[in-house]
Amino acid sequence: MKKLIIIALMLIGTLSFGQNKNAKASLEVDGVCGMCKARIEKACLNTKGVKFADWNIDTHELKLIFDARKTDVETIEKQVLAAGHDTKAFKATDEAYASVHACCKYRDDEVIDDHKD
Amino acid sequence: MNQFLYILWLFPIMVLSQDKITGVVFEANDKNQEIALAGANVYWLNTEVGTVTDIDGKFNLTYKPEYKKLIISYVGFKTDTLTINGPKTIKHWLQSTDNLDTVTIKSRKQTTAKSFYKATNVINVSSDELLKAACCNLSESFETNPSIDVNFADAISGTRQIKMLGLTSPYILIATENIPSIRGASQAYGLSFIPGTWVESIQITKGAGSVVNGFESIAGQINTELVKPFTDDKLFVNLYGASSERLELNTHINTKVNDKWHTGLYIHGNTHNKEHDVNNDGFLDMPKFNQINLMNRWQYIDTEKGFVSFINLKFLNDEKQTGQLDFNPDTGKLTTNAWGSEIDTQRYEISTKFGYVNPEIPWQSLGVQTAFSSHKQDSYFGLNSYDITHNSLYANAIYNSIISDSRHKIKTGISYTYDHYDEQVNASDYERTENSVGAFFEYSFDNLELLNLTAGVRVDHHNLLGTFITPRVHARYSPWSKSAFRASFGRGKRSANIFTENQQLFSTSRQIQILDIGGTIYGLDPEIAWNYGFSYLQGFNLFGRKADITFDYYKTDFKNQVVVDWETPTEINFYNLNGKSFANSFQVELNYNAFEGFDLRTAYKFYDVKTDYNSGRLEKPLTPKHRIFANMGYETKQEVEESGHWKFDITYNWLSDQRYASTVSNPVEYQLPERTPTVATLNAQITKVFSPRFEVYLGGENITNVRQPNPILGADDPFGANFDSTFVYGPIFGSMYYAGLRYKLN
Repeated sequence: MKKLIIIALMLIGTLSFGQNKNAKASLEVDGVCGMCKARIEKACLNTKGVKFADWNIDTHELKLIFDARKTDVETIEKQVLAAGHDTKAFKATDEAYASVHACCKYRDDEVIDDHKD
Repeated sequence: MNQFLYILWLFPIMVLSQDKITGVVFEANDKNQEIALAGANVYWLNTEVGTVTDIDGKFNLTYKPEYKKLIISYVGFKTDTLTINGPKTIKHWLQSTDNLDTVTIKSRKQTTAKSFYKATNVINVSSDELLKAACCNLSESFETNPSIDVNFADAISGTRQIKMLGLTSPYILIATENIPSIRGASQAYGLSFIPGTWVESIQITKGAGSVVNGFESIAGQINTELVKPFTDDKLFVNLYGASSERLELNTHINTKVNDKWHTGLYIHGNTHNKEHDVNNDGFLDMPKFNQINLMNRWQYIDTEKGFVSFINLKFLNDEKQTGQLDFNPDTGKLTTNAWGSEIDTQRYEISTKFGYVNPEIPWQSLGVQTAFSSHKQDSYFGLNSYDITHNSLYANAIYNSIISDSRHKIKTGISYTYDHYDEQVNASDYERTENSVGAFFEYSFDNLELLNLTAGVRVDHHNLLGTFITPRVHARYSPWSKSAFRASFGRGKRSANIFTENQQLFSTSRQIQILDIGGTIYGLDPEIAWNYGFSYLQGFNLFGRKADITFDYYKTDFKNQVVVDWETPTEINFYNLNGKSFANSFQVELNYNAFEGFDLRTAYKFYDVKTDYNSGRLEKPLTPKHRIFANMGYETKQEVEESGHWKFDITYNWLSDQRYASTVSNPVEYQLPERTPTVATLNAQITKVFSPRFEVYLGGENITNVRQPNPILGADDPFGANFDSTFVYGPIFGSMYYAGLRYKLN
């Protein structure tokens, strides 16, 4: 069943590619809090062509809607990495990670525990 | 087959001994079926050691004693962290994010929450806060909230009026689910026509507010969200009884019709037929009353297609009777046998809401609301009679979208209102029709961190108020952590319904006089005011516990006002403002969660409300300059989810002295001092929650038994020239105790 869904999703993905004004994508991005949320979403929205970015603190899922004629997922992902947040596939550079606020150091165990309520 | 595979999987672990961890990841489902999740990430926290589950959802991973936390994640599912103390086999079900709303959130929610992020100064009051004052309708729901002042009920209507920023409720736009509802004929008693148990939450906006809901609001907006058939309990019963022999019954029945339709029937009844005269002035201290209030809601939800819809039907019948103890309405109505009053109200309402959210593009939505109401009040007060019929139609369509990206949101739409008033004031007949067509546009910018801004404008064409522009702007700036500076300004315009908004005037011997002619509403001009506000909210930690402090300053400046002049004791005069009228308010509020389960809320308020009357600039009568408010709530810890616990709540209110409208021209025995004494009241309530389904509460209002000794001037001669029941500054009845229960079935 899962396989079928994956294949179907891939097909939809290919079909809706090309010149979609409201292309959708989803990325897994690491972070811990509301400040991270603002930083991640801002990094996305500051990329030309991105219309909507919503990062979920609990699931770490970043939902994106963008104009496929102007940008693509790779470009947006680079922006997220540049803002200092790891994605599922890539790790942000140490310089970028150093730029996030001390309370948002999501790679740190203690920081994660601090945000558990 | 699967089972067999697990057993096979177990063998290698035993053989390989202590350095591996294996498991299977499944997709959570209602039937606990084992639906394998392929491609899920499994890794040790803060390491590079990880793997991906295979096509059967299985994984195996090296284990070392320093690895403590295992993370399992998959896009579209909730990420879980498991604490692992040794090598073992794990079976784990991952929760899909679509089902996440079913996850119970354990952390304690604030019952009254101020937003750090919104541009408008909004206070959200949840249903838990409303339970702190157990009785009984919307007008009594604000007693634990320092932003709204609830005055003391007069002996005739028994209804409590509210004020915001020092201004009475006609200057507040009061909406039910964003449809303006308490206006026109329902202004005086409308708050008592919304039972407390129907209320899901209340949003209080200080200052001008949004342009979306109309041009009328001046001091602020109050929106009430009602309980919804989809989310409310299947069965809810609330029974309330007070020592005054007031009884109330609330029943909610909610059923699922099919996958998309839910319906709810909400029944409210209250009755009070005991005569009280604690102060021995020959008059009832509170009216006798009976109310039946019914609501039927239909809710349609189709999340896949993005449609939401509501249909609401409401019916209300309310009867009040008061006056002298020996008054008999059958023989004494409108005679001088004894002074008496009856107020009978019937109201029908039909409203519909239709909403569409584009499931593909979440920022695009369309909402259409329509409401029709018919309100009929027949009443008399001694020898004065007052009847009003108000038919009203409201329609509003809103379109939401974005400009370039979701930081720039827009709301735009059109609205239409129609109001027909037919009033009989003693021998005079007043009839008028008002209608307006308007268009609005609101832009909001949110940079996601420090700043947001909402700027709105609407243009309306109104048959009596003319064509005019209503601008409203709100901004928030948070220069440092947990802070919010807010500023706002806006304009409001309205027609004053002088009789229905000031109905207490009929319970006096005053002559009614309208001193202006030529205006379009009773000969008077529309009221126009500008409201400016500034607010600063700061959250901080005090001894390691959360606290916040708010400073609010608001100024309302009337360009025109219909002045209600009580300064001549034998007359009530209405005229257009000639000079200045303003209301300045300052409030400091401190909230502190002093220890687990204990919340303290204190506030100090200062009001400077003055109007240029024909007799000169005077403080608004019966508006205290200083107020102190304190509320303490304590909730015992719940050991396990199903167990019982206790809730305690105490509210203290202190009002400084207030100015009486002038009585110097009265004979000496009917003269009042210039100012009232100060007054302080204390309310308390204890709730015992036995289970999530059943709770019992017990409380006392005004437990220090404070009373205003002579609330009715000229009570000995009710048909004489000096009779006046409007000089009420404090409680009339004294202390009252009550008990109630709530039962829920899901």
